[in-house]
Amino acid sequence: MTPRQRRMIWVAVIITGVSLATFLALAAFQKNLLYFYTPSQVQAGEAPTGYAFRVGGLVEKGSVKRQPDSLAVRFTLTDGNAKVTVFYDGILPDLFREGQGIIAIGQLQPDGLFKASQVLAKHDENYMPPEVADALKKTGAMPTVDEFKGANR
Amino acid sequence: MTWNEFIHMGGYGAYVWSAYGLTAIVLTWNWVSTLLRKREVFKALQRSLKQQENLS
Amino acid sequence: MWSFFHKLASPKHFYRIAGAWIPWLGGITLLLMVVGLYLGLWVAPPDYQQGDSYRIMFVHVPAAWMSLFIYVFMAVCGGIGLIWNMKMADIMAMTSAPIGASFTFLALVTGSIWGKPMWGTWWVWDARLTSELILLFLYLGYIALQNAIEDPRTAARAGAILAIVGSVNIPIIHYSVEWWNTLHQGPTVTRMDKPAIHSSMLWPLLLMALAFQLYFFTLLLMRARVELLYRERRSRWVRELMGNLQPSPLSNNREVI
Repeated sequence: MTPRQRRMIWVAVIITGVSLATFLALAAFQKNLLYFYTPSQVQAGEAPTGYAFRVGGLVEKGSVKRQPDSLAVRFTLTDGNAKVTVFYDGILPDLFREGQGIIAIGQLQPDGLFKASQVLAKHDENYMPPEVADALKKTGAMPTVDEFKGANR
Repeated sequence: MTWNEFIHMGGYGAYVWSAYGLTAIVLTWNWVSTLLRKREVFKALQRSLKQQENLS
Repeated sequence: MWSFFHKLASPKHFYRIAGAWIPWLGGITLLLMVVGLYLGLWVAPPDYQQGDSYRIMFVHVPAAWMSLFIYVFMAVCGGIGLIWNMKMADIMAMTSAPIGASFTFLALVTGSIWGKPMWGTWWVWDARLTSELILLFLYLGYIALQNAIEDPRTAARAGAILAIVGSVNIPIIHYSVEWWNTLHQGPTVTRMDKPAIHSSMLWPLLLMALAFQLYFFTLLLMRARVELLYRERRSRWVRELMGNLQPSPLSNNREVI
């Protein structure tokens, strides 16, 4: 075996070893790397109750109720299967609107209300001019929102 | 699009222009620092060459 | 074909050939950037959801792509340097690190500037953002390693191993948005099923990406030439080259270099 071949084998061994270790580490940490829970997971009792976590879903159409004279707002998050009602008192991101993907950070109250301390908007990976979006909506060819595709995993 | 709209960026002017400005600064700095390093190396090499010539 | 690559691997020829390429590469880079910026900032329409703020994409996405590409490039050069003891590969890996670090920094900061108005936050610890931050630390670690080790041969070997080991982070960054629930949205351009971006917005994005790519190669050649000159300072060809540079009454061929 020439020295070059030996070096080649060493490089190959390092690459496979590190890849394997990373793969195992990722598989082990899969749960902790979940950035948010879906309403289905919350309903199934998978979300923690004692401390703050994140819940992600679409703002249900017609569910946004603002309190007069304050920033407080109440809306329903859905992933198509389950719903979570969120209460939030603060400034909403520019993208917040009905039908929009939202991630709320806060705690689940004993009565099932999710009290959020922060609300983040999650936008999708589609980019197009407004006219094109309108045309697509009319023909029903608008790309479906799959940003919460992890919902039923 | 008009100049005003261009600068204003639909209300996001501060965000858009700071992102582009920062990119311009970093890309320019990469280039300038390369030229500075080139000058530094050239000067050092010429100096050592001159010393060798003086010695011989 | 092969003889051309062998010539490139020889320091003297690399110096000459790279010197001839730099003005062309730099010129095309500038041209692409001007056209890309014009299309992206002036011609392209606003987005139906994000308004004009989405235009940050035209620098953010190419910078992020380059941060990944340059790291892979470094790891490949490092591997070639380890196996074949090729001096040019060592120099390429070493000189591309600061450029890669600056692109990673840009991707993180422009993403942050984009995230504030759209997501409602400058930063979140989701899988995409966190893995990109780890990439920045990998670059900084590599640069620190190069500066810490005096002997260029040892520095190149240590750097190559760090680059190869660290490259497992690259697929993690790319697939993070698919493997985990993240705040960051999924891939737009590499999606196969349907066009996720209108052509009026895709063109400036691709032009800027190509411009950033050529910018990297231009700077890489410039830096590699200087580094090569320094490392070969005791060799004959460098002395001859520098000897020609001495100001003399007969010839004033400074521009040759």
